Amino acid sequence: MVHIKRLQEEGTDVLAIVGEIDASSSIDLDLAIAKSLSEGYTKILVDCSALEYISSAGLGVFMSYIEEFKEKNFKMVIFGMKEKVANTFNILGLDVLLTIVPTKQEAKKKLSEI
Amino acid sequence: MVFADATILFSDIHGIPPGIPKILPQVMIDVFIISLFYYYKFKIERDENISSTDLLWRVFATGLIVTMVSLGLRLLIFTMGETKITGNVIFVYLVYQINLSLFLGFLLAALTVWKRLIIYQKSKWLVRAWTVFELLMFFILIYDSIGLQKSSWIFTPVNMILSLTGLYLSANMKWVAYLNFKQKWTSLLLLLLTVFYILYFTFTVTTSSQTIADQSSSFLSFQVHIFNIALLAFVGLYCIFSFLVIAFNLPTSSAFEQKLEEVVNFQRLSQSIQTEQNEESVYKILLESSVSSVSADAAWLEIKTSRSETQMFTKGITEKEAQAIRLYFKEKNITGILNSAQDKTRHISKHLSAIKGVRFKSIIAFPIYVKGDSIGSISLLKELPDGFNKEMTRIISAFSNQAGISIENFRLMEEALQNERYKEELKIAKMVQKSLLPQKLESDKDFEITAFSESADDVGGDYYDTLRISESEVALIIADVSGKGTTAAFHMSQMKGIFHSLAQGERNPHEFMSKANRALIFCLERGSFISSAYFVVNTVSKAVHYSRAGHCPILYYHADENRTEYLKDKGAALGMLKGPSYGNMIESRCLNYNTKDVIVLYTDGITEARNNKNEEFGQDRLAVALQQSASKSSLEIQEYIIKQLYDFTGTKNINDDYTTMIIKFA
Repeated sequence: MVHIKRLQEEGTDVLAIVGEIDASSSIDLDLAIAKSLSEGYTKILVDCSALEYISSAGLGVFMSYIEEFKEKNFKMVIFGMKEKVANTFNILGLDVLLTIVPTKQEAKKKLSEI
Repeated sequence: MVFADATILFSDIHGIPPGIPKILPQVMIDVFIISLFYYYKFKIERDENISSTDLLWRVFATGLIVTMVSLGLRLLIFTMGETKITGNVIFVYLVYQINLSLFLGFLLAALTVWKRLIIYQKSKWLVRAWTVFELLMFFILIYDSIGLQKSSWIFTPVNMILSLTGLYLSANMKWVAYLNFKQKWTSLLLLLLTVFYILYFTFTVTTSSQTIADQSSSFLSFQVHIFNIALLAFVGLYCIFSFLVIAFNLPTSSAFEQKLEEVVNFQRLSQSIQTEQNEESVYKILLESSVSSVSADAAWLEIKTSRSETQMFTKGITEKEAQAIRLYFKEKNITGILNSAQDKTRHISKHLSAIKGVRFKSIIAFPIYVKGDSIGSISLLKELPDGFNKEMTRIISAFSNQAGISIENFRLMEEALQNERYKEELKIAKMVQKSLLPQKLESDKDFEITAFSESADDVGGDYYDTLRISESEVALIIADVSGKGTTAAFHMSQMKGIFHSLAQGERNPHEFMSKANRALIFCLERGSFISSAYFVVNTVSKAVHYSRAGHCPILYYHADENRTEYLKDKGAALGMLKGPSYGNMIESRCLNYNTKDVIVLYTDGITEARNNKNEEFGQDRLAVALQQSASKSSLEIQEYIIKQLYDFTGTKNINDDYTTMIIKFA
C-alpha cells in the first residue's frame, strides 16, 4: 500500500511517498509522476523519507523516466531515502542514473544547480 | 360384469319360486358389488398418470354406457308394446334387477374415482378416514344381507359414523384448485351429466320397484338396503359438492393461474443463467415475464452497457416512444426510478398525461441491481390510469431483484471461466519457465555447482544457467527479470537466448553485459529491466572474471581467512539505458580463487523474504548462514541456507521467486 501526497513549492512539485511500493502500487507512483508532468511541472522533488520498501517494479518506474527527463531537460531529485531503500537503488545501479541526495535542502540546491 | 348379471338373472328366476332360500339373490348381489368394487379399484387406482378431468371423464363414460344400456332396454320394452311379457312381474323384476345392477356398477365406479380425488393430497388422517368409511360400507353391506330386520341400537351409531365420515371426506376438494380454467368448465359439465345419470337411475329404479311392490308383497325395494342408500347419498353428495366448489372457484381461477404463472416465470428467470448463453436472454425473459405477470400493455428495459451508453429492450412500445418518455422525465427533473437514483416510483404516472402523443396512463419502474450497483431499470406501462396495484408492484420488484441476481450469477460464472482460462495459461507459462532452467549444471574437477529455484504462486522470472566455453572455461549466469507472470517468463526466455549466443564467444563480462543490454533494450518494455551477474571461471588461471549488472551483491567466502564478503561492484541493470553510455555504467573484475572458496549467487527473493514481524532475511543472515556451512559441500550449503531461510520466515510460501546458485571450489 502506498500513498502519494503532492505539494507545490515555488514552482516545483514535491511528491511525498508514504508506505511501500510493490508491483501493484508502482502504478500509483507512475500515475503521480505522469500527472505532475501533464500539469506542466518540469521540476520534481521526490520525498522518500516515509518510503519503507520499494520493489524492482517501483524502481522500474523511476528508471522509465530517466531518458524522457534527459531528452526534455526535466529535473527530478530524490531525497530522504532510508538506508534500506537506498541500498535497493544502489544494487541496481540506479544511484548513478538518478540524482539522489540525503536532505530536502540539498535537493532544492541540486535542482537550481542542474 | 356380464357374468355377474347373468348370475343375478339366473338367481332371480330361481328366487321367485318359493322353496329357494331368500338369501341367495342378496348374496349374489353382494358378490357382484364386491367383485365390481375390486375391479374398479385395480383398474382406476393403478393408473398413475391420470388427471382429475380424466377421472371425471371415466365416471361420465361409465355413466354413458350404463345409461345407454338402460335406455336400450326401455326401447326394447317400448317396441314390444303392452304384451303379456311386459306386464309380467318376473319380467319387470328382471328389468329392475338389471337396471339396479347397472346403477350400482356406475355408483361403484364413481366411488372409486371419488376416492382418487378425495385423497388427491394424501394425509394420514384422510387415508384413515377413508379406510373407516370403506369398512363401514362393507359392514353395512354384510349387515344388510344377513339381518334384514333393523335393530336401531346398532344401526343408529353406525349410520351416524358413516354420515360423519362421509361428510368429512366430501369436504376434501383440493384437486379443484389445480384445475385450470378450461378444465374447470369441463369438470362442471361432466359432473352435471353425472348428476343427471344418478337422477335418471334413481327415477327408473324407484318407479320399477314401485310397480313390483304393487304386485308382489314379498318384494323388498332397493331402498331397504342401507348400503345402496349410503352409496347413492355419498356419490351424489360429493358430486354436488364438487360441482358447487368448482362453480364458485371459477371466478378466482384466473388469479390462481396467474400466481402459478408467476412462479413459473420466476423459475425461468433463475434457471435462465444455467441455460442461456448471454445476458441478453436474461433481459428478454425478465421483460416478458414482467409483462405477462402484471398484464402490462408495454414495457421497456434499459441496461447500461458503458458509462454513457444504454441498451434498450422494448415490448409493445417503440424505442422512440420509450426514449421520449425518458427524456421528458429527465428534462422535467422528475425523480423516479428512471434516473435510478431512487427506488420510489409513486406519482410519476401522473406526468405521463402531460407528454404529447403517449397513450399510456400509468407507469411503474424498478432498478436492477448487480452487486449493489444499479445496472439499469425496468419500466412497465399500462393504458389504464392507476393500472398497477400494490401486489403488482411487489411482483415486479421481486422480478427485478431476481433478474439482478441472475445477471450477477451469470457474470460471476463468466468471471470464473475467465479465471480458469487464465490459470490454465499461467500453468503453461510456469511449465515453460521451469523448462528454461537447466536440468544439469556444468561441473569440473575444480569446482561443483548446485542451484535451487522456487517461484511464487504465479510464474517467476528468475534465471540461472551455465555454459562451458572451452576446456578450462565455464560461463555462469544468474538473472532476475523485473515483474512477474507471463511477461517475466517471456523476458527470461530472451535472456536465455542472449546468454547462450553471447557466452559462446564473449569471455569478457563487461562486453557481455554491454552486448546483452544492446540486445535487450529492444525487447523490454518501458519500466522493465533485468538484473544479472555474469561469471567466467577459468580453471587454468584459477580466476573468476565477473560483472554485476544491477544484481544483488555477490556473497564470497574466503576459505583461507574464514570470512565472507559481499562484492558490491558498480553496474546498472540491463535494459535501463539505451545509449552506448551503458558501457560506462558497468564494471568488471577479476579475482583469483583459492581452494574451498565459495561463491553464493542469489536473487532478492532470498534477502527480501520477510518473517511475520515484517523483518527481512537480509544480507547479514545470509552471510552468517554461509559462514556456518562453508566447510560442507555445495549441496549441503544450499540446503542449510534454504533451511535457515524457512526457519526465519516460518513458511515455504515466500511472496517472490527465490533462487540460489552456489559454486564451491575444490
